[in-house]
Amino acid sequence: MKSKNRDNKLYSFWFVVPSLVIFSVFFLYPIITSLYYSMTVWNFDSATFCGLDNYKMFFSENSLSSSIVHTLIYAFLTSGLKVIIAFFLAVFLCSKIRTKGFIRSAVFFPNLVSTMAVGLTFSYLMHPTKGVFNLALQALGFSPINFLGDMNLALYSVIATDVWKGLSISVVIYIAGVQSIDKTYYEAASIDGANAWQQLKSITLPLVAPSQNSIIILSLIGGLRTFDLIWAMTGGGPGFATDVMASVIYKQYAYGFYGLSTAGNVIMLVLISCIAFPLQHFLMKREEAIQ
Amino acid sequence: MKKKKRLIWVADIVGVILTLLIFILPFYFMLVNSLKSKQEAGLLTINWPAELHFENYKEVFSYSNYQLVTAFKNSLILTFFTVLGLLITCAMAGYVIQRRNDRAMRIVQWVIMLGLMIPATILPTINLLQQLHIYKTMFGMVMVEIALQTPFTIMLFRGFMASIPRELEEAARIDGCSPFQVFFRIINPLLKPIRATVIILTAVTTFNDFTNPLYFLPGAENTTVQLTLYNYKGQFSSSYNLLFADIILITIPMLILFIFFNKKIVDGMVAGSVKG
Repeated sequence: MKSKNRDNKLYSFWFVVPSLVIFSVFFLYPIITSLYYSMTVWNFDSATFCGLDNYKMFFSENSLSSSIVHTLIYAFLTSGLKVIIAFFLAVFLCSKIRTKGFIRSAVFFPNLVSTMAVGLTFSYLMHPTKGVFNLALQALGFSPINFLGDMNLALYSVIATDVWKGLSISVVIYIAGVQSIDKTYYEAASIDGANAWQQLKSITLPLVAPSQNSIIILSLIGGLRTFDLIWAMTGGGPGFATDVMASVIYKQYAYGFYGLSTAGNVIMLVLISCIAFPLQHFLMKREEAIQ
Repeated sequence: MKKKKRLIWVADIVGVILTLLIFILPFYFMLVNSLKSKQEAGLLTINWPAELHFENYKEVFSYSNYQLVTAFKNSLILTFFTVLGLLITCAMAGYVIQRRNDRAMRIVQWVIMLGLMIPATILPTINLLQQLHIYKTMFGMVMVEIALQTPFTIMLFRGFMASIPRELEEAARIDGCSPFQVFFRIINPLLKPIRATVIILTAVTTFNDFTNPLYFLPGAENTTVQLTLYNYKGQFSSSYNLLFADIILITIPMLILFIFFNKKIVDGMVAGSVKG
């Protein structure tokens, strides 16, 4: 009891106050008020309560509700691709090759470049007639593809760009995981005659599970929140084929439907919470089960 | 053994070729097109420019009354004050959250860590900034950036604090230091390594941020470099050379950071993600 008292004096609560105040005022307070504003017709000056109309509107308008589906496709596909591709890339970069320093740097750098710059550059690389990708396809004898103009394809083109840019974080997390594995496991396995593939499957894969869990959570949340890349590459189009929740929120704000925009924001918040918290719980359980 | 050596050679060569094609080519594409004439850049090829046009860079700087200069100034001010604010507030908070393991701190930590997952609500934040009369001001923008990056930064400081022994503080306390003296004289100097990581990661995040300035800092005189890029996309739709010059100008600061702090950046990202 005495020691606790001394702790409280030495580690004064005042140290936490600046962070807590800024975080509460500029992050938590708007979240709480958003619950009310999402049920109003609102223009910042006056808010008229309208019940659940905004939510009903959001789910009944196809152009709005389809953004939920796009967001889910985007988040799960980018996350899944990063988890798989980054794993093999990390294993490759932990092997005895000599150029790994160069490859690692090249893979990592896009992560530091602004999403806007990457998005614009790729939208020109994907240009339907003169883009470099299409010239390459034509040189190989394929017909050109309208990467960003095709309703069924545009979302996947943006997803591919997202994987290109965001792969690096997953790779470095995996590399840290792979490097922390005790080398004696591999030695024992080779003595028992396990080949490289078996070692990868039975030693590396289970032992990088903690890294893998971080990657899944990080990339999934990042994907669910995505905005800049979509906005840079397609602006939500063609039509609303690539509209995700965050871009719908922006569009409704630009059109002046503030209540509707806020309702979209609340739906996005609930969606992320409903996916992220149970998933983290599940992944932690799985991690404990392995160990 | 010989066969294995050959395999590594093949892996090296294939790895480098794929890396050049997939990861370097887009940057090469930006660079060559930023140096082409207007007509040549319009073709969007990866050919080397027929003639090097370095004056593109001068032109993009002077465009629209030196808007890009204003944008760089705004971005640097925003980044500087955001990083400074985060360094002070989050180092203090991370310190006490790690040291005190009581119910109050566990609640504080839980609340702040919500921010790692939950997205911000944008329009109510704009409304709040208006009520406080700090909407469209640098101060308001800095406050929002700090609030959004507080959870991640506290996590980094808290994780590092665990490696500093408590005995130091106890000794200083017995020698008569106040709690604030203990922190600023004893603990703060020891935080140098993690502070470097925090500076780099938060600076990159803030400098590259597009979404938040788009919402919270509109107006031509408030523009940031990322917003200029978005605006020029429409205005330069027939002069890609200038657009790519802008892209390169925005990318170069990151390249310099990367060359000097490669290891710090990578370590910081691993630390930040695994401990979460």
